[in-house]
Amino acid sequence: MGVEGIGAKVLRKEDRRFITGRGRYVDDMSVPGMKYAAFVRSPHAHAKIASLDTSAAEAMPGVIGVLNGRQLQGDGIGNLICGWAVSSKDGTPMKMGAWPALASETVRHVGQAVAIVVADTQAQARDAAEAVMVEYGELPVVTRAVDALKDGAPQLHPEAPGNLIFDWEIGDKAATDAAFAEAAHVTKLHIHNNRLVPNPMEPRAALGLYDPAEDHYTCWTTSQNPHVARLVMSAFYNVAPEHKLRVIAPDVGGGFGSKIYIYPEEIVCLWASKRTGVPVKWTSDRTEAFLTDAHGRDHETEVEMALDADNKILALRVETVANLGAYMSLFSSATPTYLYATLLSGQYDIPAIHANVKAVYTNTVPVDAYRGAGRPEATYVVERTMETAARELGISPADFRRKNFIRSFPHQTPVIMAYDAGDFDATLNAGMEAADVAGFEARREEAKSRGKLRGLGMSCYIEACGIAPSKAVGSLGAGVGLWESAEVRVNPVGTIEILTGSHSHGQGHETTFAQLVAERFGLPVDNVQVIHGDTDKVQFGMGTYGSRSGAVGMSAIHKALDKVEAKAKKIAAHVLEADEGDIVIENGEVKVAGTDKKLGWHEVCLGAYTGHNLPDGMEPGLKEGAFYDPTNFTFPAGCYICEVEVDPETGTTDIIQFVAADDFGRVINPMIVEGQVHGGLAQGIGQALLEGTHYDESGQLTTASYMDYAMPRAWDLPMFKVSTTETLCPGNPLGMKGCGEAGAIGSPPAVINAITDAIGNNELTMPATPEKVWKALNAVR
Amino acid sequence: MTDVTITVNGREMKGAVEDRTLLVQFLRENLGLTGTHVGCDTSQCGACVVHVDGRAVKSCTMLAVQASGSSVTTIEGLANGQELHPVQAAFREHHGLQCGYCTPGMIMTAVDMIERHGSSLDEETVREELDGNICRCTGYHNIVKAILSAAGASQAPAMAAE
Repeated sequence: MGVEGIGAKVLRKEDRRFITGRGRYVDDMSVPGMKYAAFVRSPHAHAKIASLDTSAAEAMPGVIGVLNGRQLQGDGIGNLICGWAVSSKDGTPMKMGAWPALASETVRHVGQAVAIVVADTQAQARDAAEAVMVEYGELPVVTRAVDALKDGAPQLHPEAPGNLIFDWEIGDKAATDAAFAEAAHVTKLHIHNNRLVPNPMEPRAALGLYDPAEDHYTCWTTSQNPHVARLVMSAFYNVAPEHKLRVIAPDVGGGFGSKIYIYPEEIVCLWASKRTGVPVKWTSDRTEAFLTDAHGRDHETEVEMALDADNKILALRVETVANLGAYMSLFSSATPTYLYATLLSGQYDIPAIHANVKAVYTNTVPVDAYRGAGRPEATYVVERTMETAARELGISPADFRRKNFIRSFPHQTPVIMAYDAGDFDATLNAGMEAADVAGFEARREEAKSRGKLRGLGMSCYIEACGIAPSKAVGSLGAGVGLWESAEVRVNPVGTIEILTGSHSHGQGHETTFAQLVAERFGLPVDNVQVIHGDTDKVQFGMGTYGSRSGAVGMSAIHKALDKVEAKAKKIAAHVLEADEGDIVIENGEVKVAGTDKKLGWHEVCLGAYTGHNLPDGMEPGLKEGAFYDPTNFTFPAGCYICEVEVDPETGTTDIIQFVAADDFGRVINPMIVEGQVHGGLAQGIGQALLEGTHYDESGQLTTASYMDYAMPRAWDLPMFKVSTTETLCPGNPLGMKGCGEAGAIGSPPAVINAITDAIGNNELTMPATPEKVWKALNAVR
Repeated sequence: MTDVTITVNGREMKGAVEDRTLLVQFLRENLGLTGTHVGCDTSQCGACVVHVDGRAVKSCTMLAVQASGSSVTTIEGLANGQELHPVQAAFREHHGLQCGYCTPGMIMTAVDMIERHGSSLDEETVREELDGNICRCTGYHNIVKAILSAAGASQAPAMAAE
């Protein structure tokens, strides 16, 4: 309904403040009396703290206080936790090592905080942090997960012998083994999914304010889920009682998962504010971000696919070792298990799957969910294997996929997920047409005539979004429910405020959420204000991650709007002396269908608040809330096709074209959806070609700045060809599936499949730098 | 402490700063102009780009004392009152921003780029010129479109989505 309703390309309401420099990010915040914090961080990857001397630092100019881990512990601040309990296959619970917000005995990765300095200026705080004298007794270091599992490896946590957090499995091992025994062909691959650093452009920041007059705390933080931060900081970390703690996540400059977690710094800033009596602001610099923001991926996997003589997949067997870093981050256990192995069926009808995952401690930054979270790792395993199998069998990768597509829904996979809807032929066909796959061989020949190597690679991904049905995730170990809440407040003049537990950090919620109102009542989006990110304004919410704000967050708004609509109709029916069932609301008017009797929307709203003429027994006011708990995951899926040209002299890869054909269910704002895909593709292509995270033998992160870690730049990327097909999700009222992560999930295997096609060598790891490509090419020439 | 006088967005601003104070710190901390952002410590990301005497400069790479006597334009000074600068309008029209953090630097870089190249800008040049600006949200697709559109460039991107 209307030009600003569902499906309309509405320009973003939030843009004006960003393009004029009036965004309000945490580091932009200033409160009276505010002081600045710097953290003292371990330069060692693994060490005992022998002594900590703060006296020189305390005597430096501007220093207000230097606080350490013993004081933190003494004040009863609790250790950081992982909120998702995953058990090993023998039934034993995961082995969670203690993670204090400030280390007082042992440090386990470079960058771990051991003390905080509060001073008048940021420069003074940083100067004084360098004057804190810490004596360390160095311990042996291990950074690779497979090495950490070996006999004699350095041991990180007494709670986790052998550095093993859990040894988990999913699927039917006996059925899988039986299928392999019958196989006509088995395709095997070793896969390394490279460790990535999320790198939202806004570094994390926290401003803690303790108000002794009210015994009340306020925390401004760069969070994707401020309510979860408030709950965890009060219930588990004992920083402040929940009713005395306000958490505000204002404009947040990107998250990509890394701002889901509650980090030591916001806990310590709040605590330090009470301890020192001043508001305390900390802003990460970029190297601190590399050393402390949760990293992503870092899997080593052995995969085997069993096929029959007719090229049908019989079974999949997967062994993965997941590096979780030095401590278990908030959702770190779920990422390599329930968000990973449950997607190993891909878009294919695979009768038997068995996956085993070992999660391991190492002396590296903690690893947790990063854009896609487990699903990119699963897609990489499945789609690299599909392409490899097709090559081994000598059939076209598209035909091989078609042969094995799931075409009947709902479809129960052998790994928990029940796909509700989809049309994988539609996205494959759309992708192949957009990429002109039919004309590829001619283009390959043309390139060859210029001495260049062309390759084409495909990836047909599926993911599980709309995270998630609370009962289901509860049974799988989640410590929280994953519903969402919304409140719709209609003002007496008819304008509307939507309060949502979702959080926008680039996704454009202020626009798309307002489009639901435009659709429902025919009101302009300018009459709608979307409010989020403040626990004093929005009662509760689970936040934004897992592409859930559409399918879950907007469903909650939809439910609340149902209630508002129903009450408005009751009021109108009463005033117009009509039957409630005959009332329709459109174009900002409330009408009796088939007559000329009508009220303006604002008249109904004003009537609700004057209360002069309401039905008997009706409460005045027009404000409704709803909690929406999804009934299933949603399953976005698509086909990505990458065409590359490799220069055999230099190993340089040029992306000639990248096609994304996605099925996201209902699209609310195509402009925003395309933008989400573009950004995801850039991160996925970055993983495939550029982004390598490297630790040296002593556990130093040698790629801890933009001088060393290759962020994708404009020059590295092509214009993208993106399109959508649509099968509605039957699980939520809007039919939405989610679009935030698809680009990062689907693209890495398409790129690597394309390069390996071009060079004729399937042995290539990400990031496929020119050096690696050149070596792989020359290994087979 | 050293006294500096910098004309910022047309107004003469004075301040006393430590010699090590960066221009971006002076703008953000002393003047409260928080539209200019800091995204890295190595002059790589370009979130801090402003114009100094008409040229695009990374304000994290210049000391405030070096800028004394200069004329600085920040993102806050680009629009003419309520009327957006054409580059600001193009970023909105083409969805050239998501989280908004890199946006001020992108826009200031784009204005400078367009002033130097005019309508002869093409996709390749835009991508090359954006070498010093990192965006993690948009994949640059719509930023490139926005800049070409604002430049009035005749050559549309070769493989635009629409």
